[in-house]
Amino acid sequence: MENIMLPSGAKIIDIIHETTAEYTFRVAYDQPIRHGQFFQLSIPKVGEAPISVSAKGEGWIEFTIRKVGRLTEGLFGLQPGHTIFLRGPYGNYFPIESFDNKALVVIAGGTGLAAVRSLLRHYADNRADIRDVYLIAGFKDINSVLFTQDLQRFRETFNTIATLDNMTAPGFSTGLVTAHIPSIPFAELGDCNVVIVGPPLMMRFASEACIKNGADPDNMWLSFERKMSCAVGKCGHCKINETYVCLEGPIFRYTKAQELLD
Amino acid sequence: MGYRVSYEQADRLLQTWQKQYRIYAPKRFAGRGWKPGTDMIRYGEIQSFRDVAYTEQSHFSPKDVVAPIMQTMLSFTADEVKVSSIDDRGILLLARPCDIHGIHRLDKIFLKNGGQADFYYQRYREKVKFVMIECREGWDHCFCVSMGANRTDDYSMAVRFGPDDLLIEVRDEDFADSLAGLPAVDFTPEFVSQDKKPVQLPVIKNPEQLKAAYDLPMWAEYNDRCISCGSCNTVCTTCSCFDTIDVIFSETSRDGERRRVWSSCMLESFSTMAGGHAVRKTPGERMRFKVLHKVHDYRSRFGGDEHMCIGCGRCDIRCPEDISFVDAVNRLSAAMAGQAVVVGTKEEI
Ligand SMILES: Cc1cc2nc3c(=O)[nH]c(=O)nc-3n(C[C@H](O)[C@H](O)[C@H](O)COP(=O)(O)OP(=O)(O)OC[C@H]3O[C@@H](n4cnc5c(N)ncnc54)[C@H](O)[C@@H]3O)c2cc1C
Ligand code: SF4
Ligand code: SF4
Ligand code: FES
Repeated sequence: MENIMLPSGAKIIDIIHETTAEYTFRVAYDQPIRHGQFFQLSIPKVGEAPISVSAKGEGWIEFTIRKVGRLTEGLFGLQPGHTIFLRGPYGNYFPIESFDNKALVVIAGGTGLAAVRSLLRHYADNRADIRDVYLIAGFKDINSVLFTQDLQRFRETFNTIATLDNMTAPGFSTGLVTAHIPSIPFAELGDCNVVIVGPPLMMRFASEACIKNGADPDNMWLSFERKMSCAVGKCGHCKINETYVCLEGPIFRYTKAQELLD
Repeated sequence: MGYRVSYEQADRLLQTWQKQYRIYAPKRFAGRGWKPGTDMIRYGEIQSFRDVAYTEQSHFSPKDVVAPIMQTMLSFTADEVKVSSIDDRGILLLARPCDIHGIHRLDKIFLKNGGQADFYYQRYREKVKFVMIECREGWDHCFCVSMGANRTDDYSMAVRFGPDDLLIEVRDEDFADSLAGLPAVDFTPEFVSQDKKPVQLPVIKNPEQLKAAYDLPMWAEYNDRCISCGSCNTVCTTCSCFDTIDVIFSETSRDGERRRVWSSCMLESFSTMAGGHAVRKTPGERMRFKVLHKVHDYRSRFGGDEHMCIGCGRCDIRCPEDISFVDAVNRLSAAMAGQAVVVGTKEEI
């Protein structure tokens, strides 16, 4: 009998301090995964939590984790060489086959950027696969900026606006992500996909602004965050109507998301 | 094939079966009820058929036999994870027809949902054989017929308990030998055929109607009365939700366990994420979530005729605030019947 909830140990290769509250953990892993999927990550005796894969490479994947509670705090105490426990990958993923050769708009708020980072890196590495990428990445302030190196590459490769909520800094715009949505030329992009990840209110206002500016609700994708205990459709925590976010999500087409009533 | 068996003979059978099975049935725990001076009837291992509390419905369901209130999943030492083990013997579970249906509902979640079986449930469930406790009358508060959970043929044996003896029907060859030679009688169990108070089920056919059900003002009425204690979930056969927690045995110990414990969608913390953001903030929203899961969401996910609720009525008996699930379902159904014309899709109007 297979035990689908049995985690296995993985070595931490490197830990990058993005901010004081967000670290990126590079972990040894060599199985295939898709952009947008997540793992149940745990430290024995501390607990387990769903965390998105923020990047992948030869023999490793990365998780970017915000310190908010028991497990995440526990992770911050670890060092390279230590073992963490993983089970997954879980959830659906961004449908890159239908993103390819079209325009892509990505709007990310705060740690939400972690969930789309692997997708963005994929298109930065394979620039010819995508027509245009418009990225709006919002951070609270200059101390909350994530992925400085990747951001530099995205700036060079894509149409990138990195913005700080209410602070000015060289290389950054000012204002919430929604303030910059009107600068995306939706009318000229033709067949275009929109990906929005971030806190619930940000996703709501950003979606509305995109639609108002001409985005097609059927080609907009949101990544949902819900409390999860199992990630395999058993514990019930992530259920919305007849939908389980851990199974059918975390990524939903906007038009489907509108039908999900908590 | 049926047999008439005295309690003494039945207990000799029990001892034979105990070599291979642990035998669980509703038992009376004197003075342990939730009101002072009352008894508690819940499931436990029996050593005699006299232990079976058959004159009342059990206050707790049999689900904890297959999905214990708390079970250890893994134990940890410094660098090792070890899966817990359970007793090898089979499980004979004495249960009424509704509760056998209830276990089938749990099967949907634990064995089918997501296309993969849950190990920690399956390892108990695959050991279970049912001994059906015949239920011919039902009680004032239950409504198994409305929920289609009054009849079942998933049992190895069926028992009619009497004050002096038992009638046993055997369907499973594994038990035929042990009964052979006892006085044979004509006995096939009867089932409840009518609810004392039938329940109306809501008709919700499309997202617009579901939205209308969500927006009904009735849900807010639960805000003042429901104390979010989760008792209704606890007694329910078909509530399957759980939390996963890690415990260490002491601050200085490197050894610990990962455990699965029952959770409850009526608790405020059920949907609370890190940072304190809760998806369902009020008791009314949580009542809506529970009711719709029981009489709509489950069926719309898995198809077929069956709802999650089996109509055992335990939640109504248990609620300390006298909140009736049955009333909520009936009110929802009445409201949706009134609204169907207004919010139906074009084809239906
Ligand atoms: C699909 C998915 C992907 C995710 N990806 C990422 C990611 O890439 N990076 C990332 O950092 N996070 C991510 N998250 C969020 C992450 O899972 C949570 O931050 C994590 O579960 C917190 O776990 P913890 O043990 O540290 O917190 P806990 O100690 O479990 O604290 C949070 C829990 O404690 C309780 N709690 C905390 N505060 C309160 C309060 N004020 N009131 C009541 N209860 C409270 C709640 O039950 C809450 O669930 C993701 C979530 C999902 C669903
Ligand atoms: S919801 Fe109430 S009546 Fe229905 S199965 Fe659960 S406890 Fe029984
Ligand atoms: S409905 Fe009753 S039993 Fe259920 S949580 Fe509310 S007060 Fe408790
Ligand atoms: S996280 Fe447990 S059911 Fe989705």
